[in-house]
Amino acid sequence: MSGHESTYTPNSGFEKWLDSRLPIVRLAHDSFVDFPTPKNLNYWYTFGGILAVCLAIQIITGIVLAMHYTATVDEAFASVERIMRDVPFGWLLRYVHAVGASMFFLAVYVHMFRGLYYGSYKAPREVLWLLGCVIFLLMMATAFLGYMLPWGQMSLHGANVIIGLFGAIPLVGEGIQTWLMGGPSIGNQTLQRFFSLHYLLPFMIAGVVILHIWALHVPGNNNPTGVEVKDVEKDTVPFHPYYTVKDGFAIVLFLIIFAGFVFYAPNVLGHADNYIEANPLVTPAHIVPEWYLLPFYAILRAITFDIGPIQAKLLGVIFMFGSIAVLFALPWLDTSKVKSMRYRPVAKQFFLGFVAAALLLGWCGASNPDDPIIPLGEDKLQVSYTTEAGVDGVAVFEAYDDAAAFRSEKLAEGSTASIAIKKASAFRFIHLAQILTAYYFAYFLIILPYLGLRETPKDEPDAIHKAVLGSAHGAAAVPAE
Amino acid sequence: MKLYRLLSAGLGALALTLSAQAAGGAKHPHPPKEGWAFAGPLGEFDMASVQRGYQVYREVCSSCHSMKLLSYRNLGEPGGPFYDSEYPNANDNPLVKQFAMEDEILSETPDEYGDYQYRPARPSDAFRSPYPNEQAARAANGGAYPPDLSVITKARGHGADGDGANYVYSLLSGYPGFDELQFGEDADGEPFDYYQFDHGDEKGRLVQPIGQYYNPYMAGDVSAYWDGDPRHTPKGGFLAMGPQLMPGRVEYMDGTEATVEQMATDIAQFLQWAGDPKQIARKSLALPALIYLVILAILLWFSYQRIWRKIGH
Repeated sequence: MSGHESTYTPNSGFEKWLDSRLPIVRLAHDSFVDFPTPKNLNYWYTFGGILAVCLAIQIITGIVLAMHYTATVDEAFASVERIMRDVPFGWLLRYVHAVGASMFFLAVYVHMFRGLYYGSYKAPREVLWLLGCVIFLLMMATAFLGYMLPWGQMSLHGANVIIGLFGAIPLVGEGIQTWLMGGPSIGNQTLQRFFSLHYLLPFMIAGVVILHIWALHVPGNNNPTGVEVKDVEKDTVPFHPYYTVKDGFAIVLFLIIFAGFVFYAPNVLGHADNYIEANPLVTPAHIVPEWYLLPFYAILRAITFDIGPIQAKLLGVIFMFGSIAVLFALPWLDTSKVKSMRYRPVAKQFFLGFVAAALLLGWCGASNPDDPIIPLGEDKLQVSYTTEAGVDGVAVFEAYDDAAAFRSEKLAEGSTASIAIKKASAFRFIHLAQILTAYYFAYFLIILPYLGLRETPKDEPDAIHKAVLGSAHGAAAVPAE
Repeated sequence: MKLYRLLSAGLGALALTLSAQAAGGAKHPHPPKEGWAFAGPLGEFDMASVQRGYQVYREVCSSCHSMKLLSYRNLGEPGGPFYDSEYPNANDNPLVKQFAMEDEILSETPDEYGDYQYRPARPSDAFRSPYPNEQAARAANGGAYPPDLSVITKARGHGADGDGANYVYSLLSGYPGFDELQFGEDADGEPFDYYQFDHGDEKGRLVQPIGQYYNPYMAGDVSAYWDGDPRHTPKGGFLAMGPQLMPGRVEYMDGTEATVEQMATDIAQFLQWAGDPKQIARKSLALPALIYLVILAILLWFSYQRIWRKIGH
C-alpha cells in the first residue's frame, strides 16, 4: 500500500548485498508478507488467489501438453487422444487442462461479480478494474484459440462462426477474416497460428496479472464495507499469515470441486461433438460455444432486427462486443459515491437481477432460439391445397383426423393438398434473450448512472474496525464456497 | 422489491434446472437392465463382458468400422481386457500376439525393393481398418461412411458416465423387430416398406426409404417420411446400417448365450473401455487425491481458526 513503510530488514550479509543492488526480496516481502490487508475480507475475496492458482495450473499443464501435441489438421485429433492413451498420466494432464479452463472462468466470473457488488471498480481502483477487464478479454481469446486445438467438430465449426463475425464488419471485414484464418478458409495454417497464439497469450495474461496486482497494491484492497482503510493499526492485518492461510483454505476447497470434475466427470463440461474429428463438409446440428461464452453468444443471437442502415448481423456483433466494452466504462458509469452495495438497498436488488440475467442469458445461449419457453395455445394443423383450376386455399384444423379427411377430400377432387403444422405463438428463447440483453445494457447504461444520483444509501460505518466490532456476527452473512 | 428479488431468484433456479434438459430428436438412450459395471465412482469393468465385446467387434463390427486409435497392444495393457500379469509388456502377451497375427495389414514401411507388402500385424500395430480410405468405405456402403469407433462412446451423449455406452447399447438393441416391418405398394405399383405406429398420439405410417433403416435412438428427423399427425412425428432417425445383432450372430468362446441384449451390452462395454482406456485408473486415483485435499482443507481450517483467534473480523 502506498505510504506504508517497508518493514523488511535484511538479515544475512548476502541479503544486505542483494538488497542494495536489486531489492527483489524487499518487494516480495512488502507485497505478500507484510502487506496491510483489511481485516474484514470475506470468502468472496479469496477468488483472486484462486485465479492465480488456475493460471499456474493452465500454464504448467499446457507446457507439458505442448510437448506431445501435433498442430496439423491430419494429426491433431489423434495426437490429443495419444496423449490420453500413451503418455504417462497424459489423461490427467489433458483433463486438468480442459476442466481447468472451465474452472478458471467459473472463478473469474465470481471474482467479477464480487467486484461489481462491492464497488471495487470505483476510485481509486479504476486502473485495477480496467486491467482486470483486459485479463478477461485475453482469457476469452485464449480459451477460444485453445478450443480449436483438439480439432473436433465444435473446434472447427465454432471457430468458423466466431471468425465469421468479423466478416460482418463493413469494408474491411472480409480482409480481417482472411487475415485471421491465413487463407480463404480454416485449414492447417489456421490451426498452426492458433496453436502459436494459444501458447503466447497466457504469458501476456501473466504479465497483465502482475500489473493487476501492482495496481491493487497502490490503493490497497477494497473490502466488504467499501470504506477505505483509515488506521492501518486497527483496520488491517498483514497479508501473511492471515490471508495466506485463509486464501489457502479457500483454494483447497476450490481444488476439491476441481478434482471432482477431473476424476469423475471430465467430459461433462465440454461438448460430445468435439470427440468427432473435424470435417468441413459436415456441420453439426447445433453449434454452441463452451458454457462460459454462452451469455455472450445469446446476446449475439438476440439481435434479429436492423436499426437504420445497420444490418442485424453487424448489430449482433456490436452488441456482443459492446457487452464487454461496457465493462471498461463502468467506473465512470456508476455515479454513486457509496462503493459497497451493502449500503445501497435499491442497487442491490438490481444487482441480483443482473446476476440472474447473466445466468439466464447462458440458458438462452445453450438453447435453440426458436424453441418455446411458454407456449401460448396449441399447435394447429394447416391444410394447404391448390385446386385443378389453380385456386389456392388454406384450412386450419385442430384434430389430425379432420385435417386428414379434408386432405383426402381435396385429393379426391383432383387438387394437390398437404398438411403442415401451424405453430402456436409462444414466448420463445429469442424473446427472453432480447429482454435480458436489454436489461444487461440498461443495468450499466441507465440503472447505475441514474440510481447513483437518486438512491438514498444506508449509513456506512466510519471505519473498518468499527464495522467489524459493531456487529459481533459480521455485517452480512459470509457466503460459503 | 421483495417480489422482484423472489422472481429473480426463481428465474435463476429455473435456468439452472432447465439448462440440463436434453435436446429433442431421438429417444433418450438407456443402460441395460442390470446397469453398467463401470459406472459410479467405484465402478470396474466387467472384463469378461469387455472380452466378449472385442469378439463382437472383430466378428461383426470390424468388417465396416475402423478403430484407428487403438493398437493390438492396448488389449493387453494394464486395464485392458486381455491384460495378463505374467506379461507386463503387452507385446509379449501370446493372446494379443495371436489377435494381431490373424489380421493382415499393409506394411507402412517399404521392403528391400521399395514395395509395400501385406504382412501379419504385430501387437504394436494399429487395429486393421476395413477400408483403405473414406472413399472406399463409402463406395462399399451405398455412399454412407461407417464412423470410426475408437472414441464413439465419448462422442455421444453429454459427457456423463455411461452416456456413450447407453447410446451404443440402445441403438444396437433398439431397432424395431423385423415382424413389425410392413410392405405396401404406392399408386404406381412400386413396393415400399413401412412401420405402422399406434401408441398414444403417435398414429400413422412411417415409410422407410430404400437402403435406410429406422431406429428410434438415432439422431435425425423422419418427418418427411411420416404420414400421420406432423405434431407427433416419431422420435429417431434413419441410418444406413441395418440391425446387425441377430440372436446367435456370434458364438461366444465362454459359452454365454448370444442374445441381442447380451451382444449389445458387451460391445457397448468394450467400446466404453476403448474410448477411454484409462478411466478406471482415473477413478481409482480420485479417492486418494480427494482424501488428501480434504485432510489438507481440515488442517488449513484449524490453522485459520488459530491464526485469526485474536482478530475480530
